[in-house]
Amino acid sequence: MGRRYFQGKNPLFLTIGAGVLITLLVIFIITPILGLFFRISFEQFLASLSDPVVWNALVLSLVTASISTLVIILVGTPVAWVNARHHYPGREIVDTLIDLPLVLPPTVAGLALLLAFGRMGLIGSFFYDYGISIAFTTLAVIIAQIFVSIPFYIRQARASFEQLDTMYEHAAKSLGSPSVPTFFTIILPLVKAGLIGGAIMSFARALGEFGATIMFAGNFQGRTQTMPLAIYTAMQGDLTAAITLSVILIIISFLIIAFVKFKLRGYGER
Amino acid sequence: MKFSWIIPVTVVFLAAILLTGCTGNQAEPGKTELTVFAAASLTGALTDMAETYETSHPGIHVVLNFDGSQALRTQIEQGAYADVFLSANTKHLYALRDQGLMENSSIGLFAKNKLAVITPASNPGNITTLADLTRPGTRLVIGTKDVPVGDYARQILKKMGNDSTYGPSYNASVLANVISEETTVTGVVTKVQLGEADAGIVYESDITPENRDRFLVISIPDQYNVIAEYPAGIVGSSAHKDEAAGFLAYLKGEQGRAILAKYGFALP
Repeated sequence: MGRRYFQGKNPLFLTIGAGVLITLLVIFIITPILGLFFRISFEQFLASLSDPVVWNALVLSLVTASISTLVIILVGTPVAWVNARHHYPGREIVDTLIDLPLVLPPTVAGLALLLAFGRMGLIGSFFYDYGISIAFTTLAVIIAQIFVSIPFYIRQARASFEQLDTMYEHAAKSLGSPSVPTFFTIILPLVKAGLIGGAIMSFARALGEFGATIMFAGNFQGRTQTMPLAIYTAMQGDLTAAITLSVILIIISFLIIAFVKFKLRGYGER
Repeated sequence: MKFSWIIPVTVVFLAAILLTGCTGNQAEPGKTELTVFAAASLTGALTDMAETYETSHPGIHVVLNFDGSQALRTQIEQGAYADVFLSANTKHLYALRDQGLMENSSIGLFAKNKLAVITPASNPGNITTLADLTRPGTRLVIGTKDVPVGDYARQILKKMGNDSTYGPSYNASVLANVISEETTVTGVVTKVQLGEADAGIVYESDITPENRDRFLVISIPDQYNVIAEYPAGIVGSSAHKDEAAGFLAYLKGEQGRAILAKYGFALP
């Protein structure tokens, strides 16, 4: 019944309204970014590029966020599949727990991680007895990133699996294909776009992680000082260095997201 | 369908904003709101002082913002509103003064502080002397070079390195043990208190009556120590200069001094 209202040409005021909204949103997002770009000269930008603080932070951020995303995909994909397709007691509780890091303030997440994996922590004290310390290492940076960004991937992956018609699995099964190869050859290619989208969200969140990292991994150049930590530290002394780092972070994030989106087109929107 | 969770999340978020907007920052009717930016090392003393000040001055509501002095300075430079600025070193407050952002006549010292080494009460790194800080594998936490407490710590280590008692390699060996550089002194205190660091270099005023039994304290002799000078002043753009002057008078007066002394500050 409602459908008839939306048939035919859109009324003019809707078109104008949408146009105004989109323009305002674009201005709202692009103005602060331009603010950063206009604040430093190109020479200052190039000069800061050779600063070891900048390089160390850049390399550390890219390496840790990549490892985190890889771990998230390897662990998150099977979990999302099971939660999308199989009922088991406590599934909803598991699902809620997976979402919990989304609502935790990152500093709280960092404190919680420290109390779990620190050398006085629940699990950390056990490792510490064997001479392994986790807090304040690059490993701690990765753990913090996985903790805060895994919900983004699992949410998206589960939704993609749920939207996939079960007829594909049934068809493969009736033709005698065992379930594991079916998953890799039939199901994964069908949901590829959704999974990659989720992985980008997780990667972006890991790249921007600040609160949990500074609490759990500390702030040390070359070891745990990722881009956001380096930006915050530099901001308190040398604003130019902080702006340079911010500009680099924006360019890299933009390039990565644009690259993956471009690549995604090849697989087609499901 | 996929994003159906966005609507409830947005609703909760907006409700939260509305609720905090109604109960949080709004000044009570008829009260003047005095915004005080204070160095993180003043957290205990100023929280205490704001309470007693509000009791004796019912027309004023004191809003406190604690952070590293360098962060507060940047905030003021970038236009953040504050009536009073209390810095943990002269460098950052004088930098604001030199840019014409402070009321010059209001600036004065109100407290002094010294530094000390703290370890968790359980002393996991077995640190009992300043020389122990060079032992490889010691987990030391200090401030960044821009936060006053980190700047002072580096000055102290340098002085000790120049002294034959500790030797020229002292400075570098201690700095090699740093596992994290914190942006506020409270970050250093937290990590030592949790037992995750073996030692930290903090202000003597960070060792308060409340947390005293959680730490072991190793004093730094005066010949190496740095006397930190805390200046305060009224911010040039303050809309409540009279009230701000009243608060500064209280800070430097009998009651203010008593509270500062209770929290381990020395007085000028």
